[in-house]
Amino acid sequence: MRLQIEDASVVFPAPKGAAPTEALQNIQLTINDGEFVVAIGASGCGKSTLLNLIAGFLAPTSGDILLDSDLVQGPGAERSVVFQNHALLPWLNVQENVAFGLMLQGVSKAKRYEISDRFIDLLGLQNFKKASTYNLSGGMQQRVGIARALACDPKLLLMDEPLGALDALTRERAQELILRVWEDTGKSVFFITHSVEEALFMGTQLIVMSPRPGRIAHRFDLPFSRQFLQGTPARSVKASQEFIALREKVLDIIFSDQEML
Amino acid sequence: MNDTAKTSNASRRLGLLGRLSRSRPTQPGETYGVPGSGETRYLSAATVIGMLFAWWLITTLGWVAPLFLPSPQAVIHAFITISENGFTNTPLWQHVLVSSARMLVAFFFACLFGIPLGLAIGMSSVARGMFHPLIELYRPIPPLAYLPLMIIWFGIGETSKVLLIYLSCFAPIVLGCSAGVRSASIEQIHAAYSFGATRWQVLRHVILQAALPEILTAMRIGIGFGWTTLVAAELVASREGIGYMVLTASKFLQTGVVIMGIIIIAAIAYLFDWAIRYLEHRLVPWKGKV
Ligand SMILES: Nc1ncnc2c1ncn2[C@@H]1O[C@H](COP(=O)(O)OP(=O)(O)O)[C@@H](O)[C@H]1O
Ligand SMILES: [Mg+2]
Repeated sequence: MRLQIEDASVVFPAPKGAAPTEALQNIQLTINDGEFVVAIGASGCGKSTLLNLIAGFLAPTSGDILLDSDLVQGPGAERSVVFQNHALLPWLNVQENVAFGLMLQGVSKAKRYEISDRFIDLLGLQNFKKASTYNLSGGMQQRVGIARALACDPKLLLMDEPLGALDALTRERAQELILRVWEDTGKSVFFITHSVEEALFMGTQLIVMSPRPGRIAHRFDLPFSRQFLQGTPARSVKASQEFIALREKVLDIIFSDQEML
Repeated sequence: MNDTAKTSNASRRLGLLGRLSRSRPTQPGETYGVPGSGETRYLSAATVIGMLFAWWLITTLGWVAPLFLPSPQAVIHAFITISENGFTNTPLWQHVLVSSARMLVAFFFACLFGIPLGLAIGMSSVARGMFHPLIELYRPIPPLAYLPLMIIWFGIGETSKVLLIYLSCFAPIVLGCSAGVRSASIEQIHAAYSFGATRWQVLRHVILQAALPEILTAMRIGIGFGWTTLVAAELVASREGIGYMVLTASKFLQTGVVIMGIIIIAAIAYLFDWAIRYLEHRLVPWKGKV
């Protein structure tokens, strides 16, 4: 799998009188097989717009989005999305939610429950298979959202601030869980976050975006998730000199973009 | 220290004005400042019992002539006699059945055509452009206003009666369903597409499912409008039906029968409403929980 964004720009037409919004300008990005690309940046710098481009919900004003050298021309099961507010379907229970994508693809009932059970186990939901989603905690709901996206067997998993609504403790546990699942499944991931620490900890590649016009201002290769997966405890990783130095550097970049309130 | 002492302490500190303008702190387990919180069952029961008692008292003391307001006993008596002997040579159950059948047929067709039309109006700008103005044009007109036209067009038989009820159910069902289409969140829709859904699958598995609570609410409102039109529909050239019974009784100043008829209509309408609420409870237990 290889996703390429070739010189993509997005301009939103203006409401009457105002200037049009240059949400993205000349974006150049490659996501290789098994990579975990994290996007971070001040609010309004075009992170969600970039994700919408990759997902195929939005066509670029200019430039191309290529998946294995095919032009992306709309959403598809090989690029499934996880949203911040999980967007589960409350009329289905946990198991049916996880099997939803497979149901859409016409997989037989026995087969799709067999597949979805694997991801239910992987995300630690085995005791909640028959539960109603609206009775679960936020963290549990988000696990269902991730299991549901993975069950479609995407080549690329797209996540728009998936942990943004969780409390700090649940969030750290969820980060570790996602990394383990990523290692287990070998999927490529495009992950948006507001948290610098999360970005550094999770990614193999970090893109720092700047607003007006939205663009990729800096790129970093990250070693930290590999360190964690090779056995260093998460807190030791996050407390290392290297981690802290990079965190301050990225914070400096983002704060200088943030408008004064 | 006991509860009364605590309460009176608190109210003394706040004073009467303070109590009125600011809510007391809640007990553990309640939430401070929730609008309209608190148990109403006993108060509601007391209101109903109090009203019945006042009715009984006023009529028993002879403050109001029975012609205007017969006593509760007289209404019960009217119910018993009519159950036994019928009204205008038709048994009571037949009046009830005929009215319910008119309602059900009209409501059935209103749902059959109204729900798909409403969904189409919500889903497609073509359907909205074509049909929305028509619905909005006739909706505010009171059914009694076009009753004469119904009669000229469809005669005085069942057709015009059922059609009148149908029309009054139809508009709220269409409008409710067209609004219900917007119940699914855009994230739910996007997620489905990103799992490979076709447009048809998104409609069938996301938009319609999410709209179900609003569809049921629309049906409830529709059937409510239907009942309000029933009596008007049975105004003309009926020989059967509760509405007919009430109107005929009023001509002969049988006020007891009138009140009885009203109570029967209320009871059946309540039953219908309860049935849809039950359906709601069974079909969309997740309503309001997301
Ligand atoms: N549908 C839209 N129409 C017009 N402007 C939009 C639309 N979506 C996003 N924008 C604008 O594009 C910019 C980037 O938005 P977004 O990608 O949502 O930022 P982020 O996710 O980084 O907070 C913002 O200035 C936003 O106002
Ligand atoms: Mg965003």
